[in-house]
Amino acid sequence: MSFDPVLLSRIQFAWVIGWHILLPAFTVGAASFIAVVEGLSLKTGREVYARVSTFWTKIFAIAFGMGVVTGIIMPFQFGTNWSRFTSAGANVLSPLFAYEGLTAFFLEAAFLGVLLFGRKLVPPWAHFVAALMVALGTLFSSFWILSANSWMQTPAGYEIVNGQFFPANWIEVIFNPSFPYRLAHTVIAFFTTTGFVVLGVGAYLIRRDRAPAESRTMLSMALWMLTVLVPVQIVVGDLHGLNTREHQPAKLAAIEARWETASRVPLTLFAIPDDKAEQNRYAIEIPYLGSLILTHDLDGQVKGLKDFPADRRPPVAIPFFAFRVMVGCAGLMLMLVAVGGWLRWRERLYDTPLFLRLCQYGLPLGFIAVIAGWFVTEVGRQPWTIYGLLRTTASVSPSLTTSDVTLSLLGYMAVYLLIYPWGLVLMLRLVRKGPMEVADSDAAIAAGRPAAPVLAPAIATVKGDAR
Amino acid sequence: MTPVLDLVPIWTLILGLAVFFYVLLDGFDLGVGMLYGLAPEAHARNTIMNSIAPIWDGNETWLLLGGIGLMAAFPVAFAVIIPAVYFPILVMLLALVFRGLAFEFRFRDAENRTFWDHAFCYGSGIATFAQGTVLGAFIQGFPVVDGQFGGTSFAFLTPFSVLTGIALMFGYGLLGAGWLILKTEGEVQAAARRHGRVCLVGVGVAIGIVSIWTPMISPSVAARWFTWPNMLFFAPVPALTALVAHAAWRALGSRAEATPFLAAIGLFLLSYLGIAISLYPMIVPYQLTLWDAASSPRTQAFLLVGTLFLLPVILTYSGWSYWVFRGKVRSDAGYN
Repeated sequence: MSFDPVLLSRIQFAWVIGWHILLPAFTVGAASFIAVVEGLSLKTGREVYARVSTFWTKIFAIAFGMGVVTGIIMPFQFGTNWSRFTSAGANVLSPLFAYEGLTAFFLEAAFLGVLLFGRKLVPPWAHFVAALMVALGTLFSSFWILSANSWMQTPAGYEIVNGQFFPANWIEVIFNPSFPYRLAHTVIAFFTTTGFVVLGVGAYLIRRDRAPAESRTMLSMALWMLTVLVPVQIVVGDLHGLNTREHQPAKLAAIEARWETASRVPLTLFAIPDDKAEQNRYAIEIPYLGSLILTHDLDGQVKGLKDFPADRRPPVAIPFFAFRVMVGCAGLMLMLVAVGGWLRWRERLYDTPLFLRLCQYGLPLGFIAVIAGWFVTEVGRQPWTIYGLLRTTASVSPSLTTSDVTLSLLGYMAVYLLIYPWGLVLMLRLVRKGPMEVADSDAAIAAGRPAAPVLAPAIATVKGDAR
Repeated sequence: MTPVLDLVPIWTLILGLAVFFYVLLDGFDLGVGMLYGLAPEAHARNTIMNSIAPIWDGNETWLLLGGIGLMAAFPVAFAVIIPAVYFPILVMLLALVFRGLAFEFRFRDAENRTFWDHAFCYGSGIATFAQGTVLGAFIQGFPVVDGQFGGTSFAFLTPFSVLTGIALMFGYGLLGAGWLILKTEGEVQAAARRHGRVCLVGVGVAIGIVSIWTPMISPSVAARWFTWPNMLFFAPVPALTALVAHAAWRALGSRAEATPFLAAIGLFLLSYLGIAISLYPMIVPYQLTLWDAASSPRTQAFLLVGTLFLLPVILTYSGWSYWVFRGKVRSDAGYN
């Protein structure tokens, strides 16, 4: 493996999308959470909901801003580094990207302004509608981008003329075979990620005894949602796996590090896969369980990698290990939720220090699982950009040299390594302040002390217009 | 499927509008960002940033629509142009990262306010310069081999593209000054009037040089403008440009609050029209026409149905969010 423009472009794409996906992983769920809390605030008039909403809106604003600026980089990658992929696939894929922009990005952007800056400028119901529209926008966005991604995994509804893909049936393109599973699996993953963030922050605030009512509301709401979503996610993940077995058997074989086709296959818990020798070293296996999980049948047959020519196989180690990381996270999530449910039943949810501490440690679980899952599905798609039809090596822009892509990759690395820790620090600072102080600082702004972009224009306009 | 209707002209219009909206809307944002660097003290800076804080995100979204719209309607052009401007795009995107983050980070991070002040101002300036070089490289044209860009990644960099880069900085600066005159008052507005005049001179000089230089590097552009009877048909463009520039100069020196912004928009519209007249019907100048580069009729039709429905909706609610934040902006509300 040499550092040619293809490999460097792949690393660059993995780099910019890997960092980017962490933000929607949080903001998609957070937008819906804020909309729900805004709705509760509107309906009940209880101040605790208003404070929870304000608190999370501030954190959301930072994450969403980072999501916007890193997201705008993504479509340009298709042009700068993957122009031959664009030439081949744009007739089918680009309308999906365009519909994402038209249905989602403008909606989010326009109503985000009102959500962040307009609390005092519009009536409460309109502020709630703004929150709802932002949440809706994030879901529309997920719909289209995952449809496009799924089409690259399981292309359908197309015809090929002179090496270019053309649409034949748009419904088949959009609702391609892996899309429903991927959409469900990813959106639930995003909601779960947000759930664990809110759970962890709520637990932290309870431990610090900051804002007792607000922090309990956070912990309780998050735990209810996770109690439903974590088990559902495990079932949906299983269905997604069955779908992968049907449409991308080579990917499934890589996930399981299975070399030989066989029935009654064991489940490999751990191994060091060796691509060259086509076998696993140091394997720890549980008999029969592989067939049972992958095919829902003890006698089920699972295809092995040796059934595929070497140049049509994905690399094995990354999907294999990433999948185990993802499933490991799911196990920890399930345990945390189960313990939480038991404590709630015993009415000790808010005063078991060990559990609260565990919730805090569990905060990044969703992010880790999302990244791991992303590596499973994207590396598992190799060596193709459009599965089975267009090779990754035939997708890169022909004009790029190794030094071109090295330079751009270094640029992206430097900037992301600067802004991500920085953004994280700022968000953690808000968390440490807690909902009471965050609300207070806004009151100070409203009183005209520190000048800030958040509420100042709103107030200035209200007073200036004297309406 | 045989196309009943040629959708290429419709898509040309939609894409042309999307790009123009971006240039106009994020143009004044970026211009405001550059002028921000010239404002000496914190109050003025807060006012300047507040004037665009609630709307910049929506404005930047037009860049995305322009990029993806090009990919959707004219994928061949997208696949040639974007790799050809690999580095300007990279620099623009990274600069826009700093510009965009500055809004939240500057406010949340008091210790490092100076860093984010610079990030906002230089981010805006560098992004603008990079966009200007993209424009220059586009007008110069790109070598095409087998439907792909056939040059090298640094070929974009010429004296001409550097000139267009600087020109766009003056242009966006003028738009930004117009916006600030509209949205602010007092000292900040007075400064914007002064800066606006400097930018206007820069814009005038730049339009002049580009108008002479472009026909010199491209015989087809020369032929388009300087043959009979085109000369007669297109003569109003330079004439109107001169008139609007004059009006802008006077408005900047008067008490008019909306006219400078409108005049700046007029100058951009006329320059845009000038480029369109020079290059039509090429989408990759001197190489591929709009029809050569177009996506399949099915692709264009499928996207058109939704776009014709969604664009008016987008314009409506985006307009509403502008309406919510109407009126003059101040740095804080403690003084009245």
